Amino acid sequence: MRFVDEYRDPVASRALVRRITELAGDRHLKFMEICGGHTHTIYRHGIEHLLPENVELVHGPGCPVCVIPMGRVDDAIAVARTPGVVFTTFGDMMRVPGGDGSLLDAKARGADVRFVYSPLDALRIAEETPDRQVVFLAVGFETTAPSTAVTLLQAQARGVENFSVLCNHVTIVPPIKAILESPDLRLDGFIGPGHVSTVVGQRPYRFVPERYGKPLVTAGFEPLDILEAVAMLLTQLAEGRCEVENQYRRVVREEGNPRALALLAEVFELRPHFEWRGLGFISQSALRLRPELAAFDAEARYELPGVRVADPKACQCGEVLKGVIKPWECKVFGTACTPETPIGTCMVSSEGACAAYYNFGRLHRSAAVVLSRRG
Amino acid sequence: MCLGIPGQVVQLLAGHEHLAKVDVSGVERVVNVGLLEDEPLAVGDWVLIHVGFAMSRIDEEEAEVALKSLQLLGQAYDDELEAFWSTRIVKDHEAGGDRDDGSGG
Repeated sequence: MRFVDEYRDPVASRALVRRITELAGDRHLKFMEICGGHTHTIYRHGIEHLLPENVELVHGPGCPVCVIPMGRVDDAIAVARTPGVVFTTFGDMMRVPGGDGSLLDAKARGADVRFVYSPLDALRIAEETPDRQVVFLAVGFETTAPSTAVTLLQAQARGVENFSVLCNHVTIVPPIKAILESPDLRLDGFIGPGHVSTVVGQRPYRFVPERYGKPLVTAGFEPLDILEAVAMLLTQLAEGRCEVENQYRRVVREEGNPRALALLAEVFELRPHFEWRGLGFISQSALRLRPELAAFDAEARYELPGVRVADPKACQCGEVLKGVIKPWECKVFGTACTPETPIGTCMVSSEGACAAYYNFGRLHRSAAVVLSRRG
Repeated sequence: MCLGIPGQVVQLLAGHEHLAKVDVSGVERVVNVGLLEDEPLAVGDWVLIHVGFAMSRIDEEEAEVALKSLQLLGQAYDDELEAFWSTRIVKDHEAGGDRDDGSGG
């Protein structure tokens, strides 16, 4: 416990909040946390209510399940329904709605869809069932993509011919750029993602201060980490600095993980463009298998519908993912769209802003409203 | 799905490059440690595990902080642990149980 107390220490957090309040002065400042894990921490611990009202945290697109567009889910379902296929993916992907239901619905209708913890589990299933085609639906940012890369190289080395990957890996920098280019939102800085940065390091974020004049501080997942990152951003602004800084030094290295980056370069290449839910098409923002690995590429093996499917009209995940609206401002939040029956992706994954707010945030918010009335 | 869960290396599997048995909240499973090959691991080291791979080495203090934080997530962490329990990336008899290889790595 002694370790943890340092990160939960109410005295330390009060001191940080005081510093944040002083540094912010009376300006209204908006910082975006890119990573869904941070969004979760913020709502879980009511951090937005610890901060002064003029320091606002805006949630970004860093939930890999949330940004998969409906058409891609339909592609996955088409492969899953192919006779003889065992379709595998992470648990979070199972309930993501496509144009005609989710993978879970496809399973209920008879498709052999299984959730796995690791892509290596999918490979093991392929080796154990040589008479079936095993497809792994790969999603995730650079945090997860190296795992798919290692799995593919193992499949190739061992000649596991009945294994393939439907690749939907995305990269972290292009959506940040898209948000910076978007006229919808004026931001004063970014809280950089934690786990992605263990792979990519700090260098890829330099364009944020250099080209767009916004500071970025990579942060850990503890409440005090987030508060400290906010204080670091404000300190930069106060001192007239604008840099990439690393609050999460205890895990994230400046250079990232060179071994993982080399694996990504060996196995994947950039797609010319990729559709993101809510953000639309972003060029060079996603990964596909290199031609040398075409034998393991489900896109080459299976006929995919490849149809672009518009999100349901009522769903405002796009605006939530861009940070333009908060979850509770969506028309269907908590009524038609709940974690049990999600309409949009942000309500599916526990890292999605809507699910995090639904599960934790609204309690903090209602408590804050009551307190402010008393005050 | 982006959770990194802390685990402690209990055994480096002999004869399996890049595989180690780790203990996560009292449950031992085999994970791939190849992404950390530039800084070889030893028994007793702590790592953050993501989808069956050790993604970074951490110290004991960070492991404890991360674990307590994850426990506060409730259902999301329970789901992650349940998924971790399901993982079986090598055949059981190769998983380096004590009866096969008592050397402890």
